[in-house]
Amino acid sequence: MVRAYFPLLLLFGFVALNAGLILAIGALTVRSRPTPVKSQPYESGIAPLGDARERFSVKFYMVAMLFIIFDIETVFMIPWGVAFRQLSCAVALTPAGCPAGQVSFFGLSEMLVFIGILLVGFAYVWKKGALQWD
Amino acid sequence: MPLDLSVPASLVTALLPDLIVMGGAMALLLWGVWRPEGASGRPVGVGAIGVCLAALAAIAGMAVQGITAGPGPIAIDNFRWATDAVILVGTILSIALADDYGRRAEPVAVESHALTLLAASGMMLLAGARDLILVFLGIEVMSVAVYVLAGINRRSARSAEAALKYFLLGAFSTAFLLYGVALVYGATGATNLTAIGSALAASPPGPGSMAVIGLALMLVGFAFKVAAAPFHMWTPDVYDGAPTPFTAFMAAAVKAAAFASFARVFMEGFGPVFVRWHSVLWWLAALTMVLGNLIALSQRNLKRMLAYSSIAHAGYLLVALVTNTTEGAAAMVFYLFAYTLATVGAFAVVMALAEGAERPQDVREWSGLFSVRPLLAIAMAVFMLALLGFPLAGGMGFFAKWYLLQAALKAPAPQTRLAVLLVITSVISAGYYLYVIMVMFMRPRPADAAPFPDTPAWTRSVIVGAAVLLLALGLYPSPIVRWARSSSLQPTTATGVPSTPEALRITAR
Repeated sequence: MVRAYFPLLLLFGFVALNAGLILAIGALTVRSRPTPVKSQPYESGIAPLGDARERFSVKFYMVAMLFIIFDIETVFMIPWGVAFRQLSCAVALTPAGCPAGQVSFFGLSEMLVFIGILLVGFAYVWKKGALQWD
Repeated sequence: MPLDLSVPASLVTALLPDLIVMGGAMALLLWGVWRPEGASGRPVGVGAIGVCLAALAAIAGMAVQGITAGPGPIAIDNFRWATDAVILVGTILSIALADDYGRRAEPVAVESHALTLLAASGMMLLAGARDLILVFLGIEVMSVAVYVLAGINRRSARSAEAALKYFLLGAFSTAFLLYGVALVYGATGATNLTAIGSALAASPPGPGSMAVIGLALMLVGFAFKVAAAPFHMWTPDVYDGAPTPFTAFMAAAVKAAAFASFARVFMEGFGPVFVRWHSVLWWLAALTMVLGNLIALSQRNLKRMLAYSSIAHAGYLLVALVTNTTEGAAAMVFYLFAYTLATVGAFAVVMALAEGAERPQDVREWSGLFSVRPLLAIAMAVFMLALLGFPLAGGMGFFAKWYLLQAALKAPAPQTRLAVLLVITSVISAGYYLYVIMVMFMRPRPADAAPFPDTPAWTRSVIVGAAVLLLALGLYPSPIVRWARSSSLQPTTATGVPSTPEALRITAR
């Protein structure tokens, strides 16, 4: 059982060795001659206009948070979709599909409940004005 | 009537009280946000209490019908109904307090009622969960709502601090719990408590190290939620900073739910390996009782004092858990009921005497309270004596401690030393409980003292109701005793598990 993980150990070792090697070659061979232009975050493109650490509106967080909620909804729907055929059948599926008279609405109703709960939250944030930008 | 929990429709029946609370919370959330701006929050509060009463009715109905079920993911037994009832009583009292709080201090949004109900639904799920996945789900539903409640006072920096501390530490402890669940699953191949119990009982040389480490990690997660020392550090800061109604909610309902699940998981799931967790819980109980009471002695801020008092009570309740007997579980239910009434009542008095905004309240500000507010002073005295476990004037509190001691001494492995420690630390606790009474009754009221605000109607009913119930059930405790006794939680035992103290000591090494 432990032996099965040996390739993983090899990979870790190789990655560590490789990273160390690259850093070591750089430290040994490179001569450092910094100029203001070289020290900029990007050596090409437009010159930076100001500090990157700016304050920005809290509204972005709100949008990001709401996005994650509905993103997660999709994440849950994909495995549900994969298992949907089995979930819609009260007995084990046969190669021909679900035996006659065994179709169940279990899978469908479970997902409808889940979406319904999310819709309650959606209605709440909408009414509360969280989707309004101004 | 036995239910087959593999059928979805029976699962819905089994979860009916929880579903009522969840659905009620969502309906109230929508209703609350659709109401006109500036309307009174009281109807929502009434609705929230109504939802709790409906759930209580459902519980009573199911308990009367004697519905049972096999070892499925949801327990249908009297232990679940009893702890659900304790949780719902705590929830109703906190909702009543929160409604008054929202009217006189900074406006607490209507959402707080919906969040309280959501937390209560998580607690009820936790109390009935017989599957580690459901335990995790219940803890999360409960905790996430309570994190928000701790910080619902948006304009108060202390409230925000409390919420952030609670959130970070709570998430950290949940990670411990989850890792423990994963390891236990890895060792036993099951998340169902019955299956875990039989898998652990079946392994002849005892559980492997994976199961024991998983057990230890789960213990950390639970000990954090019930605020047992040394996992109690968050309690005083969070209880102090959170708005008082939600502090009461945390001290009463969250603790009751966490203890219910703690007992079920350890007695039903890990009962066969009792020898492995017995001594750990023993030390946890001893340390919690001693630390909680000693630190409470030096507290003058009332909410912090009550926070340390709640830690001490977690220690007493852990004694019930260490017994690993049906009697211990029954004593725990009885104790939780008495403790819920007394602690919510005490926080209600603190809230009633705080002017408008939240600020730390010193005990000494209550000098001569009896001369200006005799009723509040008497009620607070009842709550303090109940928490102390004083006979007669302390009402149910005395019987709660009595049954706890009885369970500890009559267990197959008698916990004599813990019982002695319980009595000694209870005597120490008189140092701070009686101090409050002394200040209220024997100190003169300073002439330049600011007048106390009027007590709002709902807060007054909560205080009077809790005090009267404590006293009445202290005089006539038999119905609650019978009810607690019937809520037996059967610990799973394995053949060959030593039950005498000598055998315990030998195998525990």
